[in-house]
This record gives sequence, C-alpha cells and structure tokens, in this order.
Amino acid sequence: MNVLSGHLLSRTLRSPDIVTRFAISEWDILVRQARAAGLLARLAHRFSQHGLTAAIPAVARWHFDAADTLASKQQTAVRWELQQLRAALANLDSPLIVLKGAAYVAASLPAAAGRLFNDIDILLPRERLKQAESSLMLAGWHASGLSEYDKRYYRRWMHEIPPMQHAQRATVIDVHHAILPDTARYHPDSAKLRSRAVEVADLPGVYVLAAEDRILHSATHLFHDGELPHGLRDLTDLDLLLRDAAVDRDFWPRLTARADELQLGRSLFYALRYLRFFLDTPVPDSAMTSLAKRAPNRATLALMDRIFTRVLAPDHASCADSFTAAARLAAFVRAHWLRMPAHLLIPHLFHKAFISPYQRTPKPA
Amino acid sequence: MKLLQLPPAELRRQLAGAGIWMRTGPFSLKVQSRIPSVVTGLTELYGQFEVRSMKESFADFHVSVNPPANLRRWLRPQATFSFDGLQPFKPLPLDQAFPILEWGLNWCVSTQAHQYLIIHAAVVEKNGLAAILPAPPGSGKSTLAAGLVLSGWRLLSDELTLIDRKTGLIHPLPRPVSLKNRSIDVIRQFAPDVYINPASHDTIKGTVAHMRPPRDSVRRQHETARPGWVIFPKWEAGAPATLTPRSQAQTFMFLAQNAFNYSHLGADGFRVGTALIDQTDCYDFRYSALDEAVATFDRLAERRTS
Repeated sequence: MNVLSGHLLSRTLRSPDIVTRFAISEWDILVRQARAAGLLARLAHRFSQHGLTAAIPAVARWHFDAADTLASKQQTAVRWELQQLRAALANLDSPLIVLKGAAYVAASLPAAAGRLFNDIDILLPRERLKQAESSLMLAGWHASGLSEYDKRYYRRWMHEIPPMQHAQRATVIDVHHAILPDTARYHPDSAKLRSRAVEVADLPGVYVLAAEDRILHSATHLFHDGELPHGLRDLTDLDLLLRDAAVDRDFWPRLTARADELQLGRSLFYALRYLRFFLDTPVPDSAMTSLAKRAPNRATLALMDRIFTRVLAPDHASCADSFTAAARLAAFVRAHWLRMPAHLLIPHLFHKAFISPYQRTPKPA
Repeated sequence: MKLLQLPPAELRRQLAGAGIWMRTGPFSLKVQSRIPSVVTGLTELYGQFEVRSMKESFADFHVSVNPPANLRRWLRPQATFSFDGLQPFKPLPLDQAFPILEWGLNWCVSTQAHQYLIIHAAVVEKNGLAAILPAPPGSGKSTLAAGLVLSGWRLLSDELTLIDRKTGLIHPLPRPVSLKNRSIDVIRQFAPDVYINPASHDTIKGTVAHMRPPRDSVRRQHETARPGWVIFPKWEAGAPATLTPRSQAQTFMFLAQNAFNYSHLGADGFRVGTALIDQTDCYDFRYSALDEAVATFDRLAERRTS
C-alpha cells in the first residue's frame, strides 16, 4: 500500500520542509489537493509553525491567506454559537457536551488549528432530546431541508435528530444521543462517554469528552461514515489529538483499554493503521500489539487497505487511480452495512437510489 | 501572447485537450472545454487577454465546462461547470454553456478570494477614481456600467468589486459585461459598433448576452483604482438624470449585506468597509436616458479632479 501515500499533500503534512524544494507545478497540485481535502487553512498553520510561510511562492500565497481568514472567522463563530447554545439549553438538567471540531475549539486543542466547520455536534442523553429540541426551536433553530423520508429515517433509526438550522445565522446543530446509530453493529455506551466528560475552563457549562473518548469518537466516525470527502482532514484531526494526548505517560494503554470497554477496538485499529500510513503518526508498537486481537483477518485487511488508502486520500483527480471510484463505493456500502442490518439497509439504499433523486431533498441523510 | 493571436484551430485543440492558461485581473485560470459555443465565446470576448502555453504551471482556478456524463446528453444536451472536479451547480441546457462559464468564474472568485472584500457591484473608473454601482438585479446597473465604459470610463468589473484588504484599493477584473433582456438592445442602439455575443435564452436571469470588454480596460487590468463614489442606480421610464446624496451609514449597511464575504472577514470586513465609505461620496441615482446618465457621471468626475 505504498503508491497512494505518495501524494503531495500527505508528504507535505508528514515533512513540511520538503516544500522548500517544490517546483511551481508542485505548488499548483498541493493547493488543489489541500482545497479538495479541506486542509488549506491547516496547511497554512503548519507552514507558519515551521517557519515556512516565506517559502510559499507569491502566486500561491493568497490561497493560504484566504483559507486562514475563513478558518479564524469560523473559530470565533463557533465560540459564539457555543455560548448561544449554552444559553438556549440552560434549563436542561444535563451538561452540554460538544463533539468533534467544535469541541477542539472549545477546549483550545491543537486540532482546532485551521479546522473548517459545517456544523456543531452536541451529545445529550436520549431522554432529554425532546426537551432540547423544543428549547432549541425557541432559540431559533429548526429542522430544515430534509424530505419526509429522511426525517422519519433520522427519528426512527439514527443516533441523532434531524439537523437543526438557525433561522438567522444559518448555523447547523446536530443533536446526538449516541455516537453510532441504534441499528449499528457496535454499541458504545453513551452513558459511559458522558460520565467522563470534562468541563471547559473558559466556557463554564460546556463540556467535552475525555481525551481518549474524543479520539475514539473521531476514529469511529471515520470508519462508519459512508461518504468521506474530508477523510484526510479527519485523519489529521486524529493525528493532532493523539500527539497532544500522548504526552501523558500512560496514555496508550488507557486508550486501548477504553476502546475495548466501548466496543470500538476495530475502529481504533484501523485509525492507527492509516494514521501511520498517511501521516507517520508516532504510534508505539505496543499499542498496535494490544490491538492485534481486534484486527480483521488477513484477507479482509488486505481488502480494507486497498479501499481505505484510496478513500482517505484527497478527493482530487491527481490522487485517484482506476480503482478509486470502486473503493469509494465499497466504503459507502461497508459503512451502511455496519450501521444497519440488511433488512433495513436494502430498502434504505433502494429508496436512496431510485426515489430520493427524484424528490427535492437538499441534504440527504 | 494574446488569445486572439492563437489560430482558431489551435485554440480549439488546446481548449478541448489540456485547456488554456489565461489571466483575468489578479487571477490566473486554466480553462478546458469541448463545447463549440464556449470556444467561440472565448475567441470573441477574451481576445485581448493574455494566454500562455499549458506549460505555465500554476493557476488559481482550474475550471471546465463540458457536457455531463449522463444519459440525458442524448435527449437534451446540457453543460456543466466544474471547479477542479467540484460541480457547484446543476447542469443547464447546452445553449447556456458560455454564461455558465462566466457565472462559474464569478462563483470561484466570490467563494475563494477572501484577500478582498468582495462587493456585489459593478465598478468603473475615471481619472484614478472608481465609482461603485451596487444595486439589486433589474435596477439597470450593468446597463449603466456598459454605457459608461463605452463612453470613456474604464471597466473594472460589471459584477465583482474587489477591495484589497491591505491597501483599500480596488483591483480590476474586467471580464465581459453581462447584459440581460432589454438592456441588450439598449446597448446595441447606444453603441452600434460594440461586439455583443449571441444571446442565451430562458436562463434563470432571462435572456443573457455578453459584451466584449474595451481593449484599454483589459490592457490596464493590473492598474488599481481609489474608491471615489458609491452610487445606487435606478432606471425609471422618463426620469431625468438625478443624483441625490444618501447617508454613509445606510450605504455601509447595504454594502455589508451585499458583499459576498463580509461576514467571513470578521472585524476586518468592518474596518475595510468603513474605510471605503469614509473616502467616498454616496448617492442615489435615477435615470432613463443613457447619454444623460453618462454626462452626469462625467460632471461628477470633473468636480472631484478639479
């Protein structure tokens, strides 16, 4: 599995110094791959950390500056939205737990740097969902842009309610009660996740998952999501989260033990495998050894390598080979397979393939 | 070399193959298309623009307009715009292929180029000062801008006012001027010699055609201009050309709401916007006859320079 890790963007993320030797044609490809992967702003940040900003040729510089402008604005906006959410959900007898990107911003983690957002994800106990939904509606968020089929699908089978969009600010909130659908193969216990959530120092009343749980959630998301337009970006999130958390001496054993406890060992195994492959993340061999029992058999693993080395690469023509389209389809089917049993999956895919395209559905589930 | 210096067969071959490298204002493009009306449109409207061989290796926007790969091409031929593999719009009838390229390029600039505050407005220049013409569609902003640039004003842009966030100066992007519905005939009558390409009918904006940008505006496409006026035009049947001063604060609010990326720039958007308003005179402008409108603008320009 070596050819595909060779794309310019991963190589640059692994060792930023190589850009000092880039020809202008390589900058052209780098900017395009980074834009497709949603990583322009993160790359700008990486260059500035490594004192390489001056190495960016004049013609290419605005692409990084513009992305950085957008990312900084989004960070400010996310902090503001979190305060609005906290106020909207103040009466809820349950802590407001923020997930993924918004959590990295709330907790000021290195993984916030250059991160772009589509929505804010929060986690609440299932029995609080109804109340939370009404409170959010009173504060201006409402379910929008989904077909009746998609709404029913969310409410009946998913681990979240239909996304809610704010009437004025157009921000989107995803309210989850679990990190995987009820119908999924694995059932990480949400109560266990919530019990270890930590309050954010400068945003009292806002909580984030514990370090290991954040990582496990990100890994699970990556290997259960059908469409991965930003797979590499999510890998870089994980890379930054791991490097930050691994400062603690007992971190790795704690992480693998927690993965077992939450039934997420397989997802963590894959995440670490492809992190090493794409980003040279320093994962100790001991961690891989203790996860070996969670690995799939050799034939499956060989197949998964073929799939994930393609779908986690930037979604750009320069990173694709003749198997990329098939690999993306395979990842899509696999993710749905893990999320739903066959008697639900087959009618669902049928609806998505033959009915949804002919309805007005701005944002499919 | 200029695009018109490329032999037509060679241009067609390059466009259908790897594409051509082209410069418009501060942006470099790689454009690729197999559609004949796109090749013709580029030949007729972009003749004065600089092109280079495809060996030129960096481009800001890699774009293409081609028939989508689906079965409909056999029933009702369509064209789709692609920004480096991303298709931001649904395919449209093939007849609209050239306008799709223009709209697609506007989309690229307005969603990416956050080194500028980008206002949805036409902008023209005389004696180093720019007149920004923001207005809702249908108010006659493109018609007025076309009339002005055919009467000695320089075209900076008919759609996107690019304000440099560092210097506050306006960067030209003098691409073809989009004319809609009745204004196509108005401009044909106003300047019978000007080249306007064959119209595309039944687009979301009605009938659309594009006017070739004046040669001098293209030649000076790297020359920035200082903001001088913000003028809201409104065409009204029979109205005499009248300028009415308007509040700077209200004008600022309108510009902020009609900028493509004001909210993306955060506090810097406010700083750039207020600095712009501080150095401009703001007016509402009603007119019916284009030559009268041009005379009014000429008097404004003389007053500021004398």
